[in-house]
Amino acid sequence: MGQSNSAATAMTDTESMISLRNLRVSYGEREILHGIGFDVMRGETLVILGGSGSGKSTLLRTLVGLERPSSGEIWLKGKNIAAISSGEMDEIRKKIGMSFQGGALFGSMTVGENVALPLREHTKLEDSTIEIILRLKLDQVGLSGYENYKPSQLSGGMKKRAAVARALAMDPEILFFDEPSAGLDPIIAAGVDQLILELKQAFHMTIIVVTHELASAFLIADRMVLIDKGNVVAIGTTEAMRSSTHPRVRQFLDRIAEPAVSEELDYLQMLTEEHRHPGR
Amino acid sequence: MELTTQIGESVTDGLAYLGALTTLGTRAAYFTFVAPFQGKPLRLQRAISQAMQTGVGALPILSLITFFIGLILALQSAYELRKFGAINFVASAVAISMTRELGPLITAIVVIGRSGSAFAAEIGTMKVTEEIDALETMAIDPIHFLVAPKFTAMIVMLPCLTIWANSMGILGGALFGVTQADFTWFRYIQASLDALFLRDITTGLVKSVMFGITITAVGCHEGLSTGAGAEQVGRSTTRAVVVSIFLVILVDLVFTALFFFMSER
Repeated sequence: MGQSNSAATAMTDTESMISLRNLRVSYGEREILHGIGFDVMRGETLVILGGSGSGKSTLLRTLVGLERPSSGEIWLKGKNIAAISSGEMDEIRKKIGMSFQGGALFGSMTVGENVALPLREHTKLEDSTIEIILRLKLDQVGLSGYENYKPSQLSGGMKKRAAVARALAMDPEILFFDEPSAGLDPIIAAGVDQLILELKQAFHMTIIVVTHELASAFLIADRMVLIDKGNVVAIGTTEAMRSSTHPRVRQFLDRIAEPAVSEELDYLQMLTEEHRHPGR
Repeated sequence: MELTTQIGESVTDGLAYLGALTTLGTRAAYFTFVAPFQGKPLRLQRAISQAMQTGVGALPILSLITFFIGLILALQSAYELRKFGAINFVASAVAISMTRELGPLITAIVVIGRSGSAFAAEIGTMKVTEEIDALETMAIDPIHFLVAPKFTAMIVMLPCLTIWANSMGILGGALFGVTQADFTWFRYIQASLDALFLRDITTGLVKSVMFGITITAVGCHEGLSTGAGAEQVGRSTTRAVVVSIFLVILVDLVFTALFFFMSER
C-alpha cells in the first residue's frame, strides 16, 4: 500500500511497535474496516484522522482488544493479538494504556483510587509504594493534590488528565488516546495536547491518538493516517499530509463540506442507510 | 408458516438468553467459590458494602410489606376457617404459607425493585460511559470486579432477609390472632412454631438462594448488554425488573414442584 517507505522517513526508530496487516472488522454483517494495513514505529506519535463514521474509533477499539477482527493480523510486541487467548491479551493489556473520550473514571472511587486501581490489581506492591507512584503519576499530569477528589468534582480537562494518569499507572509502552480534545474548550484542549507532547518527549512513548481536531493533530503528530469509510486513504508525515494532492485528504484538511444531496432518491437512500446502520 | 417461524425465533432467543444468564451466573460463582483458592481474592469490601445496600437497606420496607402480607393472610384464611369454627388454625396457615412461599417470594420482589434494577442501572451507566471498556483495557475482568461482589452479597443476604420476612409475616398474623381470635402473643407464636417443620423453612431458604442468583444474573446481564446512550440504561433497568420477576416466579414453580414430588416419597 506504499506506507512502508513513508515509515522509513519518520524521524523516530525504525523498529515497528504495531503492525496491522489487512485488518477487517465487522459488526454483525456490516463490515466497518475493509483491510487496514500500516505500521506504528517505536517512539512515534501517530494520529488517526477521520470523520464521524469513518471507522477510526472501531480501529482504536480493535487495537486495544475491545473488538475482535473478522480477519487480518495485528502484531503487537511480537504477538498477533487478533489470534491470541484472552489470558495472553490480558498480559499485553498491562503494557498498554488507554485514555477514553469521556475519561471513563469510576465514579464511585476517588481520583487516587482510580489511578491506583491497576497497580492494586496487577502488582503486589506495598500500599506505601503505590502511594508514591500515585503521587508521581498525578504530578506528571499536573493534578498533584487531587487524589481525594471524586471524578464528579473535576472539570472536563482535569478528568482527562486523571484518565491519562490512570493510563500511565502501569508504565505502559504504548499509550492510546480516544478524542483527547473532544468536549474541551480551546485552552484546556491545548493543555491536553501539551501533556501528550510532554509524555512523548519525557518517556519516548509510542502514542496513538484518534481525533478529528486538525489543529491538535498537526501539533502532536509525527505521522498521520487518514481513514475514510473503513479504508486507509493516506498515511505520512505531517508535511507530506499538508502537501498531499489526494482529493479526499484535501477535502478533509481544507474542511470542504460533502456535496449537497440534490436528488430526492439519493436523500431517501441516505436516510435508509442511516436507519439500517445507526451509530458509529 | 409465519407463525411457526416466529415461535421458533422466540424460543431460540429465549434459550440464548437463558444460556447467557447461566454463563454469567457460573462465572460469578467461579469467582466467588473457586478463584479465591487460586490466588484471585474475592473483593470482600465491595461485597460487604453491597450487602449493606441490598440487605440492611431493604429491612424497613421489607418489614412493613411482609407484616401487612401476614395480616392479609390471616384475614383471608380466617374468612374461610371461621365457617368451620377452626379460627385457631389461622396461626398455622399464616406460618406455613409465609415460610414456604410468600416470605421468599415477597423478599425477592422487594429486592428486585431495590437492587436488581440498581445493578442494571449501575452497570448500564458504566457501560455507556466506557467504564466497562476501561476495566477490560486494564486487564480487569468486569465479572470479577463488578458482578462477583454483588453475587456474594445476594446469596448471603437473600436468605437472611427471607428469615426476617417470615418472622414479620408471622407477627402480622399474630396481630390478627390477638385482636380478633382468643390468642395471646405468646400462644400465637407457639402455635406458629408448632405448625412448622424445619423442612418448610429450609425449602423457602433454598428457593431464596436461587432467587438471589437469578436476580443478580438478570440485573448484571441487562446492565452489561446495555447499548449506547442514556435511554438504553432506562430500557435495561425496566427489562431487568420485568425479566427478574418472571424468572423468579418460574424458578419458584420449578422448585415448589420439585419439593412437592420429593416429599411424596
